[in-house]
Amino acid sequence: MAAFIIRRLLWMLVVLFAITVLVFLIFFATPGVDPARQMAGRNPSAATIRSIKHEFGLDRSLPVRYGLMMKHMFISRDLISYGSHTRVIPEVVSATPVTLSLVFGAAVIWIVFSILTGVAAAVLRGTIFDPFLMILALIGISVPVFWLGEVVNLVTQSRLHDSFLFSWVPPLGYTPLTQDPFMWFKQLFFPWLTLSVLYIGFYARVLRANLIETDSEDYIRTARAKGLSERRVLFRHTLRTSMITFVSLFGLDFAVLVGGGALLTEVVFGLPGVGLLTYNSLTSLDLPVIMTTVVYAAFFITLASALVDLVYAWLDPRVRLA
Amino acid sequence: MAVFEPEAEGIVLDAEETGGGIVGRSPWALAGRRLARNRIALAALVLFVLIVAVSFAAPLYAKHLAHTNPFESNISGTVTIDGKTRQVLEQGGGKLGLGETPIGPTWHSHYLLGADNQGRDVAARVLYGGRSSLLIGIGSALMAAFVALIFALVAGFFGGWTDAIISRLMDLIWAFPLYLLAISLATVLLTSPHGLTIGFIQVAADSLWIPLVIIGIVYVPYIYRPIRGQVLSLREKEFVEAAIAQGASNLRLIFTEVLPNVASTVIVLMPLMIATTILTESALSYLSIGVQAPKASWGTIIQDGQELLYTRPWVAIAPGIMIVLTVLALNILGDGLRDALDPRSKVRVKG
Repeated sequence: MAAFIIRRLLWMLVVLFAITVLVFLIFFATPGVDPARQMAGRNPSAATIRSIKHEFGLDRSLPVRYGLMMKHMFISRDLISYGSHTRVIPEVVSATPVTLSLVFGAAVIWIVFSILTGVAAAVLRGTIFDPFLMILALIGISVPVFWLGEVVNLVTQSRLHDSFLFSWVPPLGYTPLTQDPFMWFKQLFFPWLTLSVLYIGFYARVLRANLIETDSEDYIRTARAKGLSERRVLFRHTLRTSMITFVSLFGLDFAVLVGGGALLTEVVFGLPGVGLLTYNSLTSLDLPVIMTTVVYAAFFITLASALVDLVYAWLDPRVRLA
Repeated sequence: MAVFEPEAEGIVLDAEETGGGIVGRSPWALAGRRLARNRIALAALVLFVLIVAVSFAAPLYAKHLAHTNPFESNISGTVTIDGKTRQVLEQGGGKLGLGETPIGPTWHSHYLLGADNQGRDVAARVLYGGRSSLLIGIGSALMAAFVALIFALVAGFFGGWTDAIISRLMDLIWAFPLYLLAISLATVLLTSPHGLTIGFIQVAADSLWIPLVIIGIVYVPYIYRPIRGQVLSLREKEFVEAAIAQGASNLRLIFTEVLPNVASTVIVLMPLMIATTILTESALSYLSIGVQAPKASWGTIIQDGQELLYTRPWVAIAPGIMIVLTVLALNILGDGLRDALDPRSKVRVKG
């Protein structure tokens, strides 16, 4: 196990380094692109361009430039958005709770409903309900999340807003949990549902396939032969084994969502998280902000995926040797 | 004794397959027969072909039915429906009766689904948008498959250091968050005013090639991984050894022994891959870093429709329905192909 941990952590460091190099190359060394002009945003003054050139050492060699970028991003943390003239890193930090609220809530919903759907489909195999649930799951993974969000907004904010069903839905936006927990819940309810649809469909399909596969294993037959009830076989034996894949998938998807994957949902519902910050910088071409969110999010995802692998190796000893 | 026990997933095997011993058929012919018997998958295939055909007939629709150019704004135009002449951009249609609201769905050949806020025919734009979305979706999936196949064949066949280097490179692309990679590439490429010049290749900033290549690169590892594993195990098979004993060259081994055996995996992955790339393209275009104006794609039309969502919802809803239908058809087709070609495979791509 120790060797596995060391190997995995070393690989993580390599990935972190490679990601910063890749981001650096994309933003500072794309052929035919002048990074100073790009960094400065729309209609920059000559002075701004000159100061950027100096700050990022654009007249010096590539390794020096890379070092300067890393220094601004991680040591002095003084990258400045040329759009809003504010420091980038505090902005990213203050947007994080919004993204976390969105992803946590959606994760709870998708875990509960995907397990229910997957187990129901596997148990009801051979009846009409199994294909029906699986078609629903397939529709779930075929719907673009931003479009679903627009349809949800159309129904809850406009067309049926005055009916008794949706009159409680507050306007789009975000209220911090510490300020008004009830409002926080009401404003996030539909974003949570919208974001979780894709994952409910995907996880239900994976879980059903896993359950059916596990069901033909010898130890399940043994469990039945011992005279265990079907319920006990399902919950103590089949479902437990199938959850290993489920858990490792969940770790990664959760990390990807926190690290920018929830961008589309945040944009549609106007939730001021890291994703919306990135999007707003996209529309104003504020490259320092994009660069920072990309690197920080990539770091978060890399750390989380290393953690998932370690947990997975701890759960399943076979992985350590691979 | 049955050598091969089919999964009870609605796959019915032919007598030939269960050892009835009539005529030998190639695995492809058998797979074709199994697919032909899967009605839902066939319906999905028909739907997909229909969507492709309709999208590529967009110029015909625009010219002969809608009589409009969906890329030209028509702010002061009028349209005659049931003998009544109406403005394309009507005054004061909103709740407060202020500003201009484009005409809603007429359910006639002119402005079937209404106009967007520049007075352009939404139905015709959705068809044209389908062309871009499908081109990028199919093109980037093909590109990803082609690149992944080359790398997987080389890495899996030669093994050792070649494999180690290529596989680590793929792990790196895999580890990089997908949307963030696409966003970084797209911002830099799309903001450079004169497009991109690499050597003698010149790409305009609004070229469809930019999103196509970005999405193509991002998905290479998703195809590379399963295929490389397969090549690695095929390399050790007896028939490869036999070919080596006969003095076959490396190229011959790769192309005549290994490649045909991984072809079915690639084919199974393709519809699922196209479904994924179409979704990614629409997301990037919605974020305005995919297809650029004046070109349209389903994603950009949904974005155009966002401002009009509460007054003229069809602008955003129609392209979304097209995306859902296309992606759903491809996912069903992918499941059907998997059952037909490889009933016991566990290959799955994430949507």
